[in-house]
Amino acid sequence: MNDLNDMFFQECDDLLEGLSSGLDDLENGSGDEETVNSMFRAVHSIKGGAGAFGLDQLVGFAHAMENVLDDVRAGRLTADENIVALLFTASDHLSDLVDAARNGSDVPQGQGASILSDLKLASGVTDGDPATEAAGAKEELPAFEPLTLTVDGALPELDELLSPAAPEVTVITFRATPQLYANGHDPALLFRGLEDLGNLTVEADLSSIVPLRDAPWSTPSPSWKIRIVPDDSVDEAAIRDVFEFVDGLCELEISAETAPPDNAVAALVDGAPEAEGPSPSAGPGQGVLTVVDPAAGTRKTQAARSSTIRVDLQRVDRLINLVGELVIAEAMLRQSMDELPHSANGRVDEAMNQFKQLSGAIQESVMAIRAQPVRSLFQRMSRIVRETSREAGKSARLVTIGDATEVDKTVTERLVEPLTHMIRNAIDHGLEVPEKRRAAGKDERGTVTLEAAHRSGRVVITLRDDGAGIDRARVRQIAEEKGMIRLEDDLTDPDIDNLLFRPGFSTASEVSNLSGRGVGMDVVRNEIQALGGRVSLQSEPGNGTSVTISLPLTLAVLEGMLVRVADQSLIVPTLPLREMLQPGQARIHTLCDGDRVLALDNELVPITDLGAALGYRDGAGCIEQQSLLLIEGDSGRRSALTVDAIAEQREVVIKGLEQNYQSIPGIAAATILGDGKIALIVDTDQMIALPVKSGAADRPAPNVTGDAFHA
Amino acid sequence: MTRILAIDDSRTMRSMLQSALADAGFDVDLAEDGVDGLEKFESTDPDLIITDINMPRLDGFGFIEGVRRGRHVSAVPILVLTTETGAQLKQRARDAGATGWIVKPFDEDKLISIIQRLVA
Repeated sequence: MNDLNDMFFQECDDLLEGLSSGLDDLENGSGDEETVNSMFRAVHSIKGGAGAFGLDQLVGFAHAMENVLDDVRAGRLTADENIVALLFTASDHLSDLVDAARNGSDVPQGQGASILSDLKLASGVTDGDPATEAAGAKEELPAFEPLTLTVDGALPELDELLSPAAPEVTVITFRATPQLYANGHDPALLFRGLEDLGNLTVEADLSSIVPLRDAPWSTPSPSWKIRIVPDDSVDEAAIRDVFEFVDGLCELEISAETAPPDNAVAALVDGAPEAEGPSPSAGPGQGVLTVVDPAAGTRKTQAARSSTIRVDLQRVDRLINLVGELVIAEAMLRQSMDELPHSANGRVDEAMNQFKQLSGAIQESVMAIRAQPVRSLFQRMSRIVRETSREAGKSARLVTIGDATEVDKTVTERLVEPLTHMIRNAIDHGLEVPEKRRAAGKDERGTVTLEAAHRSGRVVITLRDDGAGIDRARVRQIAEEKGMIRLEDDLTDPDIDNLLFRPGFSTASEVSNLSGRGVGMDVVRNEIQALGGRVSLQSEPGNGTSVTISLPLTLAVLEGMLVRVADQSLIVPTLPLREMLQPGQARIHTLCDGDRVLALDNELVPITDLGAALGYRDGAGCIEQQSLLLIEGDSGRRSALTVDAIAEQREVVIKGLEQNYQSIPGIAAATILGDGKIALIVDTDQMIALPVKSGAADRPAPNVTGDAFHA
Repeated sequence: MTRILAIDDSRTMRSMLQSALADAGFDVDLAEDGVDGLEKFESTDPDLIITDINMPRLDGFGFIEGVRRGRHVSAVPILVLTTETGAQLKQRARDAGATGWIVKPFDEDKLISIIQRLVA
């Protein structure tokens, strides 16, 4: 049941996503009939599932929402601005209810009740309007057909049945219409149902049967007379229950008889299968089959219906790991072939090239499995926009571009927080109040644009607002007040903009409820950097601000610099790398305790000998023969790492170490090189945080020997 | 063995039907809308069909008409899954050719007893 539960909530997520994208379409006018239909189905499915799990609150709310959507669908209600806004609010609340049901938590009552009554009002309004009601009812009318049930005199007999003087035998006369057979019923099975009620005698009246070849479709079918001697006192309702599904497809008379059964007619006990009526069918294929051509549908319905399978993420990760190893094996093979004498024939070479291409293609496809469109992420943001603008007393809409852009699943999950914060910032600080916007000749309603795109192997997500732009004078003033910069510092515009990323910076004149939660853009940047991404900011006074996030396509591959330290190969990630220096060009000072620092841009940067810091050797190497890598951490702190040699820049497949070893300070993960040797990946943030003291490592060196291991 | 085709666009509902029916010893095939259902109907030749009404592409009414009046006319019993208890919907389903109905959320025992009354 737990699995079913999970499945239900997963399905709810998908349905809510569909609902939300339908609402977006309705709002911007691109919605059509099928949009409303699919929204109705989404809410209907949520209601159905919720009913099965006994989630009454969810059922009730979904039901009210379904009514409104049904009214829209039937044309009884126009999806104007107010209705769309109501549906937006309702879908947010529905999503809250789903979340609450999932977590077993409570939902704040107040709002829900008012939305519920709004929904009821919206669908109720039409009930009071005779004109629209009539229009709606007319649509449904052709579905009615008169019932042909014969119930003559049944009720008085029921009284008799229930009275103490109830007769022993109940007589049922039953005549099936051709439609009964066509609908998949079988009289014999109906009679079998009656057997549960008592002892049964069935007689068929075959007098109306004509030879089959003479029989037109409308031929009357046989009638049966059934006598039941009830086990207990059987009431008519129990008998009618058996005939529930054929109600209207047969003539049925139920009466009581005191006299013993008349055996004059040969009794066909237990049904009369030989007396089958006309072979089941209906009129010649005049039935109109309306199959909606998917191609005629909108692009959105197709996207929503793309067929999917659900796979445990661990399986995918295992596959990614294996493919990573395949690529490495390929590189190893290539390397040993290169070492062979050149006489080795060219066909092997050709096959090798093909192998390389194939393994590359496999790697790409496998990485694509973890990828998912940013659509769901963006849709969550539209709610943030609505809520924030309402709270801030501003008017804003969200425009999304490139919803289908695919990003690693982990990335979409971890972008929720930073994006939420950025959007709150954009609306709270970026957009002007409506009066100011009008004065500036802008649309009173601000626009926040969220765009995703693939650009040169990375995913770029841009958040733009058309607000007032960054007030640089004010930013500078605050930074000066906070002592972040000095009065005389000469800062370019981008320098000032970047101050916003400094920890503890806030420009809000008064700390607001929304974005001013003591969390600034520095947290956004840290989160993005943790994903291997970069974030930058551009602003134009009067025209708005845009924040650009650039992320790697996948988290499983890392761009790194292969370096040599004390005969070990190490990888230093490229992302935090700012500069590579030769000691000759750099000004190195030795402090009194033997620590060395690098003088750079009026700042002293500590120098860490990588070999010593990781415990490969005691004391620093000879710095004159080393290279310096200047790295900058999340915190903005910098450090210079000395390495013996820089080999090359390359992409490496990340292999976690923690499963096999415990976490090693200064080491983030490992990778396997083309020659099968393992190279550890340096954790630059930890290197920056490590004590600068060179040498004298008090822990064993992270020395992994041997050939390729399986992580 | 009795073979049942269950059609519903909700995967939760499909899964619930599948487990309820399989537990009762039926062979179960699943389809996710009317069009899919008609294809499965032709390929699996079920002894009984359970179908949802509200579905994309082709709804339950359309599906039933397809079975009853389509290429291969069939009198296979068809049960309609519905959340509504309204007589109007049942009437529509019956006009389309449905054999009976099951009201969601269904009780497993009730579901099985209804099915057993419809298949020989």
